[in-house]
Amino acid sequence: MTSIATTTTAPPRARKLVGAGRRQWIGLLYVAPAVALVMLFFVIPLGMTAWMSLHNWPLMGEHSFIGLDNYWAILRDTRFWNALKFTGYYTVVVTIAIFAVAFPLAIFIERQRPFTNLYRTMFFMPAVVGFASASLLWSWLLNVDSGLFSPAAYDLGLIDKKFNLLATFQPAFWSIIAMVVWKVAGFTMIILMTGLQSIPQDLQEAAVIDGAGPFARFRAITLPLMRRTLALALILSVAGSILAFDQFYIILRGGPRNQTLTAVYWIFNQSFVSFKLGYGAALSMVLLVVLVALSLVQLWLLRKPEGLD
Amino acid sequence: MAQAMSGRGKLTARLARHSTGIIASVLFVAPIVWTVLSALKPAQEARLPPLPPWPTTGFSLENYATLNSFGDGLWASAQNSIYVSVMTVILSVVVSVLAGYGFSRFRFPFKDLFFVLILSTIMIPFQSILTPIFLVLTKLGLHNTLTGLVGVYVTLQLPFSIFMMRNAFDAVPREIEEAARMDGAGNATMLVKVMLPLVWPGVVTIALFAFLGAWNEFLAALVLMTDQSKFTLPVMMTALQSGRFGAIDWGAVQAGVTVMMVPCLILFLALQRFYIRGLMAGAVK
Repeated sequence: MTSIATTTTAPPRARKLVGAGRRQWIGLLYVAPAVALVMLFFVIPLGMTAWMSLHNWPLMGEHSFIGLDNYWAILRDTRFWNALKFTGYYTVVVTIAIFAVAFPLAIFIERQRPFTNLYRTMFFMPAVVGFASASLLWSWLLNVDSGLFSPAAYDLGLIDKKFNLLATFQPAFWSIIAMVVWKVAGFTMIILMTGLQSIPQDLQEAAVIDGAGPFARFRAITLPLMRRTLALALILSVAGSILAFDQFYIILRGGPRNQTLTAVYWIFNQSFVSFKLGYGAALSMVLLVVLVALSLVQLWLLRKPEGLD
Repeated sequence: MAQAMSGRGKLTARLARHSTGIIASVLFVAPIVWTVLSALKPAQEARLPPLPPWPTTGFSLENYATLNSFGDGLWASAQNSIYVSVMTVILSVVVSVLAGYGFSRFRFPFKDLFFVLILSTIMIPFQSILTPIFLVLTKLGLHNTLTGLVGVYVTLQLPFSIFMMRNAFDAVPREIEEAARMDGAGNATMLVKVMLPLVWPGVVTIALFAFLGAWNEFLAALVLMTDQSKFTLPVMMTALQSGRFGAIDWGAVQAGVTVMMVPCLILFLALQRFYIRGLMAGAVK
């Protein structure tokens, strides 16, 4: 009680304001380590990427300014465009596949019923395993001699000769899709589940009373009310797929015949295998522009519904 | 009669529901279980196709022993991974708690600019700035050191964990702080003694994400750690699986994958609600 009394008298209050002003500045100290790290490992490297992209920059020896030459070279780099094309194709296919599996699962576990939590945990388990672990695991399962799929199919008499899934493009590509869906579907499922749970139950019930069938309800209620969640799940899947590297490096090494080199993989090869750092930086700038454009689309898709702010 | 029908209908529905659930669960969990079991086979048997998945000629830890004999050994890489992950957890928690508190409770110049700057790094894929990060680390003398890798991993965690912590601090009523201040608590005491216990769930969440992120990261470790003695588990195992140490020993791969997966699974099962909380926070923002 006494302390409140003193703060209400004039002189201490003035002093408190000064103290408060000083205290506010201390906030800068609290955020300083974070800002320093972001500067050191994000802002400076970002500036350097732009700077390096204008140079011929070998790992050893002097670098020299060459203006936009790296960018002109990119225009003629058919292998980069092929990598970009493949990345786009992979992104579309894998995103559709993930949604095709994750959406039914989300509906399946949305409502609290016996064993729902157990099922949800099971579906989610591959999502906490790393991409590298999952890729190593599947590279074993997909192996023609020591793996599971090919020998099992052979033992069951489905094929009369062991079939190497990783030797040609189509089976290799679809094997990767299967692996990624296995690994990621649980994650997308949880995101979609939060969207489903945010739809008011009485809205669905009212629609049932009005005689709307399940499909009509899904289209008229579920989808529109889940717009932001759907957009988020979509963006996470698209952004993650555009940056895909681990699974193609570990399981396929970009093969067969370099047909599964992704954009990040190509940049990795140019920068850290061929050590053309300047050229790699220019390629990175292109990737960066694609991703930032995507983020802007994301912000637009995730905007709050009008009038609901 | 009608009641019996609907009773049977319900039973059928429940049966369909649970068989779907069980089949789907098996599909998701099987590869994990398959690996963990196969890794326990003797080396001779582990080389054969995993049918059945469990050891038929007796349990053995041979594969783990073999794995330890490649290069600097499994244990060396595991130690590197543990060091990197634990340091990433500690540092990202400390940095994010401080920053979250700063952004939540103080007004200072450039506050909004700094906050937007940190959050916007989530838009920039770190894959596109790895080369300069490599050069920055070289300049700092942290080239090819686990400490340098920790610095990169902590920075990658910051947008998510600072956002999380700022929201956690925002949710603490100011009255609590004012009461503590009346009792003469300074800023530091306030943060550690009064605020930290209140934002504890947020801290667990960001620690969990930091651990999983660092433990599982592959590309940055592959690029930045060039010396084999500095390899983390994913890099070491990929080198092994690519045949860098001679013929590929699939038994050793199974053992290595098990070592990589099990800590993640245990942490997830133990701290599931914090994990889901983190996902929700990300999804609902």
